[in-house]
Amino acid sequence: MINDLITALGAEFVQLSLTPIVIGTLAAIACALPGNFLLLRRQALIGDAISHVVLPGIVAAFLVTGTITAVPMMIGAGAAAIIAVIMIEIVKRLGRVEPGAAMGLVFTTLFAAGVLFLEITDTSSVHIDVQHALLGNLESLIWFDANGWGSLLDPAALATLPPQLPRLAVVLVAITLFIFLFWKELKISTFDAAFAGAVGIRTRTLGFALVVATAVAAVAAFDAVGSIIVIAMFVCPPASARLMTNQLARQVGWSVIFATISAVLGYVFAGYGPGWFGSPYAVSAAGMIATVSGVILLLACLFGPQRKRTGQQAET
Amino acid sequence: MGFFDYFISALFLQAGYNSALVAIGAGLLGLSAGSAGAFIFLRKRALVSDAISHATLPGVGLAFIIMVAFGSDGRWLPGLILGSAVSSAIGLLMVEWITRKTRLTEDAAIGAVLSVFFGFGIVLLTVIQTMSSGRQAGLENFLLGSTAGMLISEATTIAVAGALAAAFVFLLRRPMTLVAFDPEYAATTGVNVRNIDLAMMGLALIVTVIGLKIVGLILIVALLIIPPVAARFWTNQVGKMIGIAAVIGGLSGYIGAVLSAAEASLPTGPIIVLVAFGFFLISALFSPLRGGLASALRHQRFQRRVHRRQGLLSLARREPIYDGLTIRILRRAGMIRADGVATARGRIAAEKAARDEARWAMARRMLSDDSAIERYDGLTPIERMMTPDQIAEIDRMIQNAQAAKGAKA
Repeated sequence: MINDLITALGAEFVQLSLTPIVIGTLAAIACALPGNFLLLRRQALIGDAISHVVLPGIVAAFLVTGTITAVPMMIGAGAAAIIAVIMIEIVKRLGRVEPGAAMGLVFTTLFAAGVLFLEITDTSSVHIDVQHALLGNLESLIWFDANGWGSLLDPAALATLPPQLPRLAVVLVAITLFIFLFWKELKISTFDAAFAGAVGIRTRTLGFALVVATAVAAVAAFDAVGSIIVIAMFVCPPASARLMTNQLARQVGWSVIFATISAVLGYVFAGYGPGWFGSPYAVSAAGMIATVSGVILLLACLFGPQRKRTGQQAET
Repeated sequence: MGFFDYFISALFLQAGYNSALVAIGAGLLGLSAGSAGAFIFLRKRALVSDAISHATLPGVGLAFIIMVAFGSDGRWLPGLILGSAVSSAIGLLMVEWITRKTRLTEDAAIGAVLSVFFGFGIVLLTVIQTMSSGRQAGLENFLLGSTAGMLISEATTIAVAGALAAAFVFLLRRPMTLVAFDPEYAATTGVNVRNIDLAMMGLALIVTVIGLKIVGLILIVALLIIPPVAARFWTNQVGKMIGIAAVIGGLSGYIGAVLSAAEASLPTGPIIVLVAFGFFLISALFSPLRGGLASALRHQRFQRRVHRRQGLLSLARREPIYDGLTIRILRRAGMIRADGVATARGRIAAEKAARDEARWAMARRMLSDDSAIERYDGLTPIERMMTPDQIAEIDRMIQNAQAAKGAKA
């Protein structure tokens, strides 16, 4: 048993599983953090919309630059996200329709355009397809040059880490800083926008900054893990956390814990779970991480200490 | 045969029995999607259908696995549709349950159900890919839709189901309209709001599952949302709006299917969605009721009337006019000369405008609670709003007032 564990966590683990798990965890936390505020502002589906429009953004960046490198792709995706937010606003005003319908109209159209561009242009030379956009390629982010835990201290080996890892780490630090620095403002404007305006907080700018932070998280995470995890992590960990506590700081803390559990357990189940049933194949890690986060949410809905609305009678 | 020729022949159902059937099926699907979507749109629950459509994926996967386990092909469309209906119904009930039982809002419930069901479905798809049956299941086509290589039996299934869904909408249109506009009132007239809501979402579910094969589960929600949003530009009446949404949905499905039949490598779903978006753009720009062009024209006409009126009043008061637009408008109408001096026509018009203004001012003082006063916009000639008798009365009052002022002076 102990021996099993040691082999399981040995050199092969570091090489094949450590980086995907870390990247998945970083992505999950980077999405869950802004997700807390989106959830409380009833904008949970903004994350959904943004992660749909990342695809056309990336395709457009590819059409413009002809290469598939990280920076233009991220700029393209970020631009697409901002264009989508503006389009949603225009449709909402012009058509005088509810935000949900405007959002649905915009993101399905942009996604359709992205898919069509992808099919029309010749992208066979590069690895970019719809499947990848949805599922990411978490399993392929392995660390070739690692030969055990010692590699964590070896600069030469560290230099060959998948580039997604440092990128996501930077994004996570930036989002954490944003939330930490504007904690008071975000908190007040989320719970009482009118009061926030009265005490001089620029609620609209702050709201836009939150959407930008969301887009940054979505784009950075998308590159590594695909849009399913992004959508799931925007909603599920914060929603589960909301059912655990009445305090915002604790809610954010819980959401980070749930995001981490989802990412780690999801990856382990996907990679090693089928083996427990005697199957030599792994299943989709992205799908499994989303599934685990859903199970956590289900448990929180059933047993979370603060699952009821304030003043709501217990239903039987 | 070139793309265009093929498109034209396919448009008129001349491009073979199979593609004709697919086009008709897609048209009927769009028809029922547009009309069902109209109610969901009015009920402001458009994105619930997004959760429903993403929740179909695990059902498709499980149905495939079960059918293979029982030794059949696994790709039998009615079986897959049944599986997807069951899992999306569970997804829909989960959204309802989370919203009702916990303090999470509906949008959070939608996002959670959508992503978790989809993620679990993807897990099942990767399981299927490794199954010993080994055959290419082609279930990825359910993500974005594909009509290439569609069987005639499948096209018939879709066409029949689409027609049934449209009939279902027609039967339930009255209670659904009532609930969409005023759920409280609907409840007092004995309509069971919760059941009608479920029926409405059930319709979305039916449209989703029959649309899986053609449009795909990621984009089917567009066929429920875009036609009603476009239709809303053309009318303020609910009956007409549903009809227009149905027509737009039907045309989008039909034209999109024909286009993709002419270019078989393209996935059908995105084309149908972009055609629908084209209809939205046309509506948003050119609808006479609320379209962008009509609004811009209305605004411009109003602006010109205001400038003309204010210019004439300035002429009457013998004040110089500085505003460029006002000068241009008056010159084009032949009211002033190039040096800004009023022509004969201009003087008459200015005098009339001044008289109108004075009459309105008096009328406002005399009849402050008259409905005509409330509609006063500062531009309408008084003759159009009041009877000659009233105007004569107003004129007499003006003369009295002037006489009184003169006496005081």
